[in-house]
Amino acid sequence: MFNTLSQIIFGRLTPSDFVHDPIMAGAGYAMIGGLVLVVLALTYFKKWKWLWRTWLTSLDPKKIGVMYLIVSVIMLLRGLADVLLLRTQQATNGSAGILTSDHFQQIFSAHGTIMIFFVAMGVIFGIFNLIIPSQIGARDVAFPLLNSISFWLFAAGMIIINAPLVVGEFSTAGWLAYPPLSELQYSPGVGVDYWIWSLQIAGIGSLLSGINFFVTIIKMRAPGMKLMMMPIFAWSVLCCTSLIMFAFPILTATLGMLSLDRLLGMHFFTSGGGGNPMLYVNLIWAWGHPEVYILVLPAFGIFSEVVATFSGKKLFGYTSMVVALVAITILSFTVWLHHFFTMGAGADVNTFFGIMTMVIAIPTGVKVFNWIFTMYRGRVRFTTPMLWFMGFIVTFTLGGVAGVLMSVPPADFQFHNSLFLVAHFHTMIVGGVLFGAFAGFAYWFPKFTGFTLNERLGRYAFWLWIVGFLLAFVPLYILGFMGATRRLDHYDPSLGWQGLFIVAGVGVLLICAGVAMQVLQVIVSIVKRNQNRVGEDPWNGRTLEWSIASPPQVYNYTVIPTVTYRDEFWEMKRRHHTIKPEYTDIWLPKNSATGIIVGLFALIFGVAVVWHVVWLVIVGVIGVIVTLIIRLTSDETEEKLTAAEVAKRELKRQTV
Amino acid sequence: MKQVTNDPVVQEKKTLGFWIYLMTDCVLFAGLFATFAVLHTSTFGGPSGAKLFDLPFVLVETMILLTSSFTIGLAILGGARGFKKQTLVWLIVTFALGAAFLTLELTEFSHLVADGNGWDRSAFLSSFFTLVGTHGLHITIGLLWLLVMIVRLWKFNFRQTDLNRLALFGLFWHFLDIVWIFIFSIVYLIGGLS
Repeated sequence: MFNTLSQIIFGRLTPSDFVHDPIMAGAGYAMIGGLVLVVLALTYFKKWKWLWRTWLTSLDPKKIGVMYLIVSVIMLLRGLADVLLLRTQQATNGSAGILTSDHFQQIFSAHGTIMIFFVAMGVIFGIFNLIIPSQIGARDVAFPLLNSISFWLFAAGMIIINAPLVVGEFSTAGWLAYPPLSELQYSPGVGVDYWIWSLQIAGIGSLLSGINFFVTIIKMRAPGMKLMMMPIFAWSVLCCTSLIMFAFPILTATLGMLSLDRLLGMHFFTSGGGGNPMLYVNLIWAWGHPEVYILVLPAFGIFSEVVATFSGKKLFGYTSMVVALVAITILSFTVWLHHFFTMGAGADVNTFFGIMTMVIAIPTGVKVFNWIFTMYRGRVRFTTPMLWFMGFIVTFTLGGVAGVLMSVPPADFQFHNSLFLVAHFHTMIVGGVLFGAFAGFAYWFPKFTGFTLNERLGRYAFWLWIVGFLLAFVPLYILGFMGATRRLDHYDPSLGWQGLFIVAGVGVLLICAGVAMQVLQVIVSIVKRNQNRVGEDPWNGRTLEWSIASPPQVYNYTVIPTVTYRDEFWEMKRRHHTIKPEYTDIWLPKNSATGIIVGLFALIFGVAVVWHVVWLVIVGVIGVIVTLIIRLTSDETEEKLTAAEVAKRELKRQTV
Repeated sequence: MKQVTNDPVVQEKKTLGFWIYLMTDCVLFAGLFATFAVLHTSTFGGPSGAKLFDLPFVLVETMILLTSSFTIGLAILGGARGFKKQTLVWLIVTFALGAAFLTLELTEFSHLVADGNGWDRSAFLSSFFTLVGTHGLHITIGLLWLLVMIVRLWKFNFRQTDLNRLALFGLFWHFLDIVWIFIFSIVYLIGGLS
């Protein structure tokens, strides 16, 4: 009687699910402790109303962008802590005795998932939100409310993936949860369900965000800005969002089918009942490979802006850059099978995908040469964004060549699942996406704060990172050749791998020092901000976002510019052309709590499904539907900023 | 205060955004169709489509849904001309047809489950229930949307925003129709006759 009642109320949640080993419990309590501290601080300083009004309910993409970045940074620290544990385990070959095999598996699954979905994705959406509207001469995104909902779904997914630190366990099935291991038969616990619902909820947020920015770029460019006049970053985002629109629905469908297998006993990917696990592997990579380009295309865009600005030249080969971006976008859907050449699709199929993989390296190569030619005969200023660019171009080329090496199916039979592969994709994603994000952060930081980041600490951070990065991953390439496979929590000492694992561990420590230096850099820059104050255009920029105030007003532009040149702001400066201030009424979206409430109900829904709490699932679904209906049937969603008010703001800004 | 949401540029953005949403939904269905194509022979010793499907029954379902696509068109035409009563009547007819379709689909599902041919019987049936069920879920959401719209049109006397949303709903409903045509041809006709 008591048991059935508790099952109805709590599903499969029992008190013992809160019991964890010391490391996990420590991480969980640290997270909760941090949260409690934040809550206490907010209460003590009476900042709740401020937080609610200026941040949580804000529909301003600049605010939403900052919130994305904050979540991503916290998740980067979490992912890094995971790595420290993994590498300690491998460098000591398990003799430190801190991790059980089961815990080791949970950590590498969490590390991969968190770094891709909640660091890399969060960072690129953060930068989209901050940059895209102002770069194309717009005041806002196409659908401000949808933007807020996307962010809060992302945040809900983030909470779900961190919940296992406190209650239950995480998936042990790797970052892509291949069946049949991820099926109920072999993973009966809540781990895989946490994985599924975290990704499902965050993934829907990403899809909505993709649609939003695509429409923003198509419909809201400043008058005169034809597609071929757009800054290359905007082009990269246009291509990236197209990929999101085609790839993320596949992820939604695939995760949906896996969860139906687990919840309703269906047989999509089970080893019995006629299911086909290979189907899952195909579907997940039909999303997964485009996902790689979803992450890296915006980074390409950032580097294109950075290298042109700091070389004082227009970007070399703009048209070929655009063609390369579009080519990569299309080709990225034709290479997914190279992730599993060893599955046995046959020589013909493997050959096709092998060749396509080599072909996709060509447009990427075009871009590398364009960047180098942009620097050629330019006045290159070696600021931190440029250092990240230089680091990127070297490591990315090396990692890319390693990728082409693996595109040859017979060679891949050797490299498959080895540390060589692990080293390859880390070179691409750390050296490409993260370095791109760091470059973009240092480059655009003054736009949103009015002061630059500390250059000296930025250089220290870069050198710690690049040395640590090479030390951490070059040994993995070698270990891969020596036969070390991925995801090993121990190995035979006679293999002689330990030395290289120790070197890799030292590399991770240096990377951690680099991250610490970056945190220090931000803190020092904020404390000493008065020494680094700059105006609107600290780098002698080329694109429109540098023409508006730093930090920008909520409406970005008082007068929407009319565009006649590719590097419009550069031309404006060259021709001493200034836009006459002319103040008009500006309509802005009102704050709305809809996003955070939808996110909250999505979170409730996700957790309830994981723990099989039926009544709470119903509460979650009804909550989302009712909130959306209430919002969509209310009409007064915008408010007017009068011309007089705009004029007052502008005057105040200019006198300060 | 005058709203800017009635601005044609704003509406153009919404229409484009909605079209793109529909296309992403199309990709989702493509994934489910591909899965069905891979798994439709994996009956695991259970019945195949030819044994299970009652084609005349499904034809009735199909005709009902196609008719509802016609009636939603009439509702939109009425709305554009400002004929309130006509619009409301056709919306209610559309709702009734959609609900009838859904009832028939659920009847089919419950018969299958009662005969021991539920979604857990074989991979083929898993993919069948999921593909057809996902379409049914979309219809359910459409009915909910329709209900909200009927109430609003009736209460607020045809504001421009409501008429714009009606046009978007028309797109959604036609889209579900097209998906159903594919389900009817690929799942029922090809699967039921082979």
